[in-house]
Amino acid sequence: MRKHQALKGSTSAIALTLGLAAAYLLAAIWVRNPYLLLIMTLVPLWATLGVSWNTFSGYSGLLSFGHAVFFGLGAYAVAVAFAQFGITPWLGLPLAAAIGALAGLLVGIPTFGLRGVYFSLAMLAYPLAMLYVFEWLGLQEVTLPLKREQAAAYMQFSDHRVYVLIATVMLVAAVLLQLRIGRSRFGLSLLAVKQNEMAAETAGIDPFRWKLMALVLSGAVAGLAGGLYAVVLVTVTPQSVFGLLVSAQALIFTMFGGMGWVAGPIVGAAILLPLSELLSATVGARLPGIQGVLYGIAIILVVLIAPEGLLPRLAGRQPRAARRPGGPGEAPNAVPAFRREPGGPQAADAPVIMRVAGLSKRFGGLQAVGDVSFDVRQGEILGIIGPNGAGKTTLFNLLNGIVQPSSGSVTFNGHALTGLKPFAVSRLGVGRTFQVARAFTRLSVLENVLVAALSSESDDRRARDRAHAALEQVGLDAWADERAGSLTAVQLRLMEIARALASGPRLLLLDEILAGLGGQEVEQVIDVLLRVRQLGVTQIIIEHTMHAMVRLADRLLVLDHGRTLFMGEPAAVTSEPAVIEAYLGKKWVQHAAH
Amino acid sequence: MTAGIIVENILQALLTGLLVGSVYGLLCVGLGMIFSVMRVINFAQGEFMMIGMYAALFCFQALGFGSALGVWLGLIASALAAGVILYAIGALLHPALLARVTGTRVAGSEGDGHYPQLTLTLGLSLLLANGGLIVFGSSPRTIQTDLSSSAWTIGPLMGEDVLLFLNKARVLTFGVTLAVAVCVALFITRTRTGKILRASADNALAAMYMGIDVTRAHRLAFALGAAITGIAGGLLAASYPFQPYVGVEFVVIMYAGVVLGGMGSIRGAFWGGLTIGLVQQMSSLVLPMQLQGAAIFGMFLLVMLCRPQGLFGRVTDRA
Repeated sequence: MRKHQALKGSTSAIALTLGLAAAYLLAAIWVRNPYLLLIMTLVPLWATLGVSWNTFSGYSGLLSFGHAVFFGLGAYAVAVAFAQFGITPWLGLPLAAAIGALAGLLVGIPTFGLRGVYFSLAMLAYPLAMLYVFEWLGLQEVTLPLKREQAAAYMQFSDHRVYVLIATVMLVAAVLLQLRIGRSRFGLSLLAVKQNEMAAETAGIDPFRWKLMALVLSGAVAGLAGGLYAVVLVTVTPQSVFGLLVSAQALIFTMFGGMGWVAGPIVGAAILLPLSELLSATVGARLPGIQGVLYGIAIILVVLIAPEGLLPRLAGRQPRAARRPGGPGEAPNAVPAFRREPGGPQAADAPVIMRVAGLSKRFGGLQAVGDVSFDVRQGEILGIIGPNGAGKTTLFNLLNGIVQPSSGSVTFNGHALTGLKPFAVSRLGVGRTFQVARAFTRLSVLENVLVAALSSESDDRRARDRAHAALEQVGLDAWADERAGSLTAVQLRLMEIARALASGPRLLLLDEILAGLGGQEVEQVIDVLLRVRQLGVTQIIIEHTMHAMVRLADRLLVLDHGRTLFMGEPAAVTSEPAVIEAYLGKKWVQHAAH
Repeated sequence: MTAGIIVENILQALLTGLLVGSVYGLLCVGLGMIFSVMRVINFAQGEFMMIGMYAALFCFQALGFGSALGVWLGLIASALAAGVILYAIGALLHPALLARVTGTRVAGSEGDGHYPQLTLTLGLSLLLANGGLIVFGSSPRTIQTDLSSSAWTIGPLMGEDVLLFLNKARVLTFGVTLAVAVCVALFITRTRTGKILRASADNALAAMYMGIDVTRAHRLAFALGAAITGIAGGLLAASYPFQPYVGVEFVVIMYAGVVLGGMGSIRGAFWGGLTIGLVQQMSSLVLPMQLQGAAIFGMFLLVMLCRPQGLFGRVTDRA
């Protein structure tokens, strides 16, 4: 099975692709019937559009309802270039791909501002608008002129098997491209964005850039498929290339076969297209909408019966590799691969690494964080505590750019962080974990960490080394190939730390990293954190309870209702009346005083 | 072009925009009802409208509503009958298809829940539009009456220059639309069932804990939403030539209106639809015929990209 996750560096998928393509072409050699040859051309052609759709939607998770815009522009590029300017489709096809890529760029830039279904709906509008624009341009019907001489130079062949060959070569190229993406930093980053955009962004991935790149690539492939469609079908009309059915077919073939599976759109096209052609040829004259009915029913059935598609359903769930023995996080004593910062930890005169000044955030009428100022010194562990709703998580969101402050500033290592996006903050050296672990559950533990490593390391091999090193740091190296979804609670926390470490941060923001853990597990995480500090990584830790923090932190910042209540040594904090009042209520202040 | 003609054109476009926009508003209310209560993006809403159009045509001509009740009452009765038919279709489709991918089962899985719904209703849309092609044929139809080709005149105004026309079919449509819209508003705000719908819309889980049968509320909302759009379609059938593929254009108009009005606000959906109608008619002043279709999509994109929270929507969205 050609599944994207199973493609780490394997050449077998490529061999399988080439083998199947060769078998398909061998079969085509014996076919003489022109109608059958047309279908044998259309299957790889539409499959290519499906692959293009899959390259974008399967990896980014954004459903495009408008891939017809690329397909149609490609088709018209070839048709108009040939019919009006006499340019051979041999040149027209690369032109179609270029125009498709350009369209991907132009469509992507404004549209990626939209999330989820809004994106899908907006995508729908592009090809439908084109429908009218091309009619307005007077291009209701463009027919490629027939060349009697030098026909082959104009991609016109009396032997229709050549078209099967061209379409198959195009499909193979699209598949190989996708296989290459699947293994690369590109594919991994996209998958991370798809699984959890905020986590990916915090790990230093720029979602916009990767999504745009995917749409540009996808647009190029779709444009190419559209161009070949014009060559094969000879006549191009707006409805046949920009219509809703075109976009729907790309989506339906892929979802039918299996979204995110390389072979998904191919299987879908190979089953549904001949079926629809058969119906159209037999009862199509009496029942003109039969193709649309078939596709409609197919997609409804897929959603209701096998939402993941045919291939994943057939393949079933393969049993996971047996779990490795040994407790989680046995103390690793490996030499860390991180830059050591000079100067011992918790030195009172250590340089300030982060300065927060007058930071405030309002949500409507709610002052979530109000005028908070503090310095973080190189190598220290600063604890932030406070009751529920004190603004702790909002403060973190302000520090790493998920939320922009209403006023105030954050300076890190001489850089102003205010106004920067999370991935940019991450690249400057601020790592972060989340209160609710935002793991990429379907990726392996190593891949989870690798995603973060890739963002700060341009060399893939070194990124992999760094990811391994980070896993070793937290004692998860034995679980590297496990799916993140199968980890225990404490292992997930450790993986979060590893992920934050993999981008080589100088400052770590840890959000309730100990919450909900048992006594033994808390000890384990504290050990790891203290070790990380030994490496010179400064830490700010949010905790709900004071217990562990008193042992861990050099200084504590107490927040209440978004404001600084107290800041100082842990021992001083626990005897401060204002803190006791905030935590326990007024009457305990007297008790504590006695 | 004299000043008089310009004024006349603008006023005429405004007037027509108001009349057409009110129907768009009603179409949007149907879609908005489904979205606000179920949080489902129903792609097949355009096909519901299309079925409403054919249903009204069938009632008016084949069932003899037109000859029995006269043109005025016949058109109104046909549109309302279309609403009843669509209510039944909605009430059947919800448990058969929609309920399997919606409701409290998928609550919480924000993105994951929406894609199956969107894809499912896309399939439904394809099925209904092409099924419609098989059943109804591809030639454009309209409910032929004297009303659609006759008009009242206003004026002359401003000296002899300005003369405005009010298409009678559209005026009828306008009146019925307002009546239905007021009924919907009263139903939502004043009745017990309306409160149940609003509670389910606000927080399905909390409503369930309060003893509300949320699945039933969803089914009601879906059927009602289909019915309202069906009525609007039935009304539109009297002045707008239609064929089975008419839904795609209108689903985009509907979404533009609903988004403009602020996703989740039924009241906003009406004003959003009205605005779209006005803008569409105004655009006809400056754009060539063929591009007016594209203008709808352009407007839709503009609304989506510039103001996804809508003109009347709340800016604060839960992150």
